Parts: sequence; C-alpha cells; structure tokens
Amino acid sequence: MDFLIFKAPMLMVQASLDGILLGILFALIAYGMALQWGVMNIINIAQGDLVILGGYIAYTIYLWGIHPAWGVIISPIIMFFVGWALYKLVINKVVDRDLFISILATFGIAIVFQQLMNFIFGADVVVAQSEYGTTMLFDNSVTLPNSKIFSAFISVLYAVALVIYMKKSRLGRAIRATAQNARAAKILGVDTEKVYAATFGINAALCGIAGALISITLTLHPYVGLPYTVRSFMIVIVAGLGNLPAVAVSGMGLGLFEEFADYILGTEFRIGAVFMLLVFILVYRRFKLSKKREYLK
Amino acid sequence: MNKIAKLFVTFFSALTLALVSFSSSFAKVEGEYIVLGSAISLTGKYSSNGVHTQNGYNMAVERINNMGGVEVQGKKYKFEIIYYDDESNPKRAAQLAERLIKQDGVHYMLGPYSSGLTKAIAPVTEKYKIPMVEANGASRSLFTKGYKYLFAVLSPANQYLEVAIDLAVEKNGGKPVKIAQAFEQDAFSQDVRLGILDAAKRTGSEIIIDDKLPKELNDMAATLAKVKAVKPDVLVVSGHTKGALTAIRQISEMKVDVPMLAMTHCDAAKLSKQHGKKSEFALCASQWHKNLSYKDKFFGSGKKYAKDFQKEFGYDPPYQSAESSAALLVFKDAFERANSFDRDAVRDALVDTEMQTFYGNIKFGPGGQNVAKPMILFQVRCKGDNCENKVVAPTKWASDKFYHPIPKWSERS
Repeated sequence: MDFLIFKAPMLMVQASLDGILLGILFALIAYGMALQWGVMNIINIAQGDLVILGGYIAYTIYLWGIHPAWGVIISPIIMFFVGWALYKLVINKVVDRDLFISILATFGIAIVFQQLMNFIFGADVVVAQSEYGTTMLFDNSVTLPNSKIFSAFISVLYAVALVIYMKKSRLGRAIRATAQNARAAKILGVDTEKVYAATFGINAALCGIAGALISITLTLHPYVGLPYTVRSFMIVIVAGLGNLPAVAVSGMGLGLFEEFADYILGTEFRIGAVFMLLVFILVYRRFKLSKKREYLK
Repeated sequence: MNKIAKLFVTFFSALTLALVSFSSSFAKVEGEYIVLGSAISLTGKYSSNGVHTQNGYNMAVERINNMGGVEVQGKKYKFEIIYYDDESNPKRAAQLAERLIKQDGVHYMLGPYSSGLTKAIAPVTEKYKIPMVEANGASRSLFTKGYKYLFAVLSPANQYLEVAIDLAVEKNGGKPVKIAQAFEQDAFSQDVRLGILDAAKRTGSEIIIDDKLPKELNDMAATLAKVKAVKPDVLVVSGHTKGALTAIRQISEMKVDVPMLAMTHCDAAKLSKQHGKKSEFALCASQWHKNLSYKDKFFGSGKKYAKDFQKEFGYDPPYQSAESSAALLVFKDAFERANSFDRDAVRDALVDTEMQTFYGNIKFGPGGQNVAKPMILFQVRCKGDNCENKVVAPTKWASDKFYHPIPKWSERS
C-alpha cells in the first residue's frame, strides 16, 4: 500500500487524466465486443488479438514511411475484411450454437492469430512513433502525451459516427433488428447472414482503430492481446449489451480504477485488480439477480 | 488365432521400439561427429532471441569444424547439433530435453534461450548427468541450486546493473543516492533487482520507489509519474525488451527528468533504432560488446566476429549470439582437455575451464556461473539522428566518457 497519491494533488490529476484517456480507448474495444455479443451472442476471446493485428497494420504502414496516424483509417478498412472473412470461415458455424462452443472457437482463433502475427511480424516488441509531443499542464507537473489525447479523440469520433450510423443507416437498423430478434428479422426479409458478417466486420474494424492507436501510445507484441480481451469483457459485463453511454462510462471507470490501483496497491496488482473487480462484479450481479427472482416468486 | 496374432504384433513392435532406442543411445558420437543437443525457441514469444542463439551456435559449429574440429585421442571430430523447437514453453523444453537425452542419445547439451527455459531444462540434464553449457540463462537461482552439470558462459543476472549504482554514487561525490526502480516479475528481472538491493545496501543508498511490473504490462505511466514527483538520482528499469521500449516511450512523452537512467535489454530491443534520439543517454547493461579487446584463435576479436556474423546472417550480432558461440568454444576446449567422451571426464574438464574467447574470459565458479568476465555498461549516444551504443564502463574498455547527468527534456532538442 502506498498513499503517495493522496499527498500530492498533482499526482491525483495525472492519474485521473491518464486513466480517463486510456479508458476511452478501452471503451472503443468494448463497444465492438458489446455489439457483436448483442447481435450474435458470441463472446469473442480473440478480441484483443484483433486489436493487436490492427496495431501491426498501422506499424507496417509506419515502416513504409507513412505516418502511423493514418492507421486509424487504413487499419479498420483492412480489419473489416479480416473480420468478414473470419465470419465466413469460422464464426458462421458457431453462431447459433451455445456460448461455450463460441468461446472455444474464438479461443482457437486467438491462438492462431498470435502465432501468425509472431510468424509474420516477429516476436520483437515494436512501437510506432507519432512525434506528437506532450501537453504540459500546471507548470509541467502534469504531462499528457498528445498521442494519448489524439487516441481518445479518435475513439470518441468513431464511436459517435458508429452510433449515428446504427441509428440512421439501413444496415444499422438491420443490425439492431437482428439483435432484438433474429428470427423475426429474418421473416421480415433481413438477410441475417449478411448482418452477422457485417457485425463481425465492424467489430474487427473497431479493433483495428484501437490497435492503430495502441501502436502510437503503448507497445505492440504478438502475445499481449489477452489483457485487452479481459478489459473489454469486463466493461461489457458492467455496462450491459447495446448501451453505448454505459460502455463509455464503464470504460473510463475501468481506466481510472486501473490507474488508482496502480498507485495505491502497486503496479504488480494493476491487472490483478481488474480481475478481482471482475469477480466481484459477477458475484454482485448474481446476488442481485437472485434477489430479483425471489421477489418474482 | 486372432488373439495370438495380436500378441505377436504387440511383441514385435515392442521389440523394434526397444531396439531402436537401444541403438540410438550410442549416438553421442556418431562416426566423426560429436552430437550436441539443444531445445531452442524458434517459435513463440522468445523466437527472435531464440534465433539469435541458434545463429550463434551454428556460426561457431561451422567455424570450429572448418578449422580442424575437435581432437580427441588423436582423432579429429566435428560438432553437430540436434535442435528442437521448444515453442518458448518451459514444459515443452523439459520434455524435449528428455527426448534429446533418452531417444536421441545426446550426451552433451547446449542451453536454450532465457533463464526460465534453462531453469526448466537444468533438472533434466542434472538427473541424467548430462553436461550442459548454456549461454542464455543468467538468473542467479540457476547457480544456487548446487547443479553439478550446468555451466554458464555469461555473468549472472544480479551483476547486470550493480555497476550502475556504483557509478551513480561515484558521480554523486561518493555520497549515497536515491534509487527508483521498476522490475518485471520474472526470474531474470527479479535477480537484477536483487543485485541493485545489494548495491544499495553496500553504498548506503536508499530505494524510494520499488515497483514490480506485471508480465502483460505495457504502460508504466503511474510509476513514471511517481518518479517525477519524488525526483530520484537514478532510475533503474528491467523488463526485457518490452520494459525498455515502454520506459523510453513514456519517459520521453511524459518528460520525466532523471539524472541517470539504467536499463537492461537495450540492444535486444533495438532501442536506438526504434526510439532514436529519445533513447539518448540511457545506460544499458550488456554481456558483451564488439569493441572489447578479448581475442581467440577461432573468431579473432569481437570486431572480427561481428563482421563475419554480419556477413553470414545479415545483421549485427546481439550479445545473445556472441555468448552462444562462446559456449561451443568452451565445449571444444573441454573435450580436448578431457581427451575422452566420458561424460564425467568432460564435466570435470569443464569445471577446470580457464580460457579467453572473443566474448570474454571464461572460468566457472562453484555454482557454474562465469566468474571471470565483468558486465559492461554502454550508453546510447546520438550524432544527429544516428544513435550508437558507446561502452562507458568499466573504465578499462570505455571508449567514451559517461555522460552525466542527463540533460533535462526542456534542454534537449
């Protein structure tokens, strides 16, 4: 336990801002997960690995001499097709089966993706340089990398665009209809197969954006996908499916929680604290649900 | 009838299997070849360093074979290595070590990459009394278990950054310093940490931040914000390549000013290439540098080795390759002095090793670690956008002066 953070108010500001900026990025990944979970009832264990793959795409264009920030446009386009292909190859075979099968299938995909990325991009840790500089606040005692601000801004931009798209466009309405009742949607002429493929593609594209942002804010390595899967799982569990404002709030909350856990409990418990919180929330929800059931009786 | 036929089949297949394993158990020396075995990470998360290790081994095998091989009892032998891919997985590595020893009949082993995998294999080689010369397991715990068949050509992990603390104290006019440190939670990094703790105790220095980084971590913002707040004299970071890259990225972005920054794995992370000028002034621990003045008759000098390696594999050799090549030189020397293929004779010869290679002097301590070679420290220095690693300690080999303190970010262009 370390209470340094409570003695220095500037550290508190730093931690809060770091947490919120990071949380917005997590929320974007979680939104993709919530979307396809809601529509297809699939828990995608490979979510984090799709993120990392998106990051490697941005890193590749960086190696070609293009600024990695373009990755937030190029990477989702490529990732959309990766997601689409993945759906056609694997996911469509497990989409109506029980949750366990889909977890197994996506777990398999995660392993394949990790090994492929390791094979193609190598096992070295890599970073892309954005050269965006730093914003300094309060007489330099709080420093925010502009790349983090950029990544939060882009995340918000894409999230808002997606919400509008889901509300206004034909495909968006078809996706929402399928999420509500796939059978009814089918009867009313929605090509659910296409909707599923598009949903998985959109999820992969969101991962692609997040990955590109991670390549300029953090580091990339073929095997660091899992923590992103866990975080987005956690955010979705807290926020519920198909509720974007809740996803955003719970994403930022998780970012803050991680950052404060880091300061108070120590860095070694940062990810551990996320898992503990997950267990706690699952138990709490179960407790609440059982109470509700009693009431219904 | 059917039953009897089945019984026969079972019996014969068992017999064949027994014969196969029996015949191959003589494979330690086949014709003119001395067969060595190694489980190595060709896939998985250690694969890049695994390949560096393998390239180092192969380079030395080729060189030794071309220069007359190994002479035992008047006859010339050549080295040959059986490799298996351990997938960067300790369990798999231990299985493969068993397989090399029991099925392939290997009697002499070369180490895998990383402390973790060496730790997994050492109990196996020890059990079968197989001498293993390893070049990539530096964890101190490898040398405190009383292993008798384990020999490491490299300096143990706790020595990596001890020198850096001494250097910091020296620069502080002999007065104790304030240390902030962040180490990954793995065998190697924790051993580096122990070394720092020893050095801190010895010099009376105080450790004001002592963070442990989880394996999955790629964000150290919290640690660095604390560093900014408490202003230590020296910041020490060790977390393999990920730790080095994350640290430099966030130190530069958060404009963290420390007078001295000491790290491990800078060259494996290609720090000066990936981060360029941002990595300038970082002080890095290294087992070897091509500019050191050690010599041997196979590779000549470090510089010559680097040149030949570059020609053969197309990249500058990291120290992981150099130390792996040195492991073969040690084996050759031991075989010739033992003048026998008896495992225990070879093992006893290894114990008495005292030699110089291009990589450094080699003499094994009671735990099997190399006690004859000091660690070196280099500092990243840049001219324009071109950054290089310059040896700054120990003074005997220093090509450049240690730059201290690191200028503030506001003064750096």
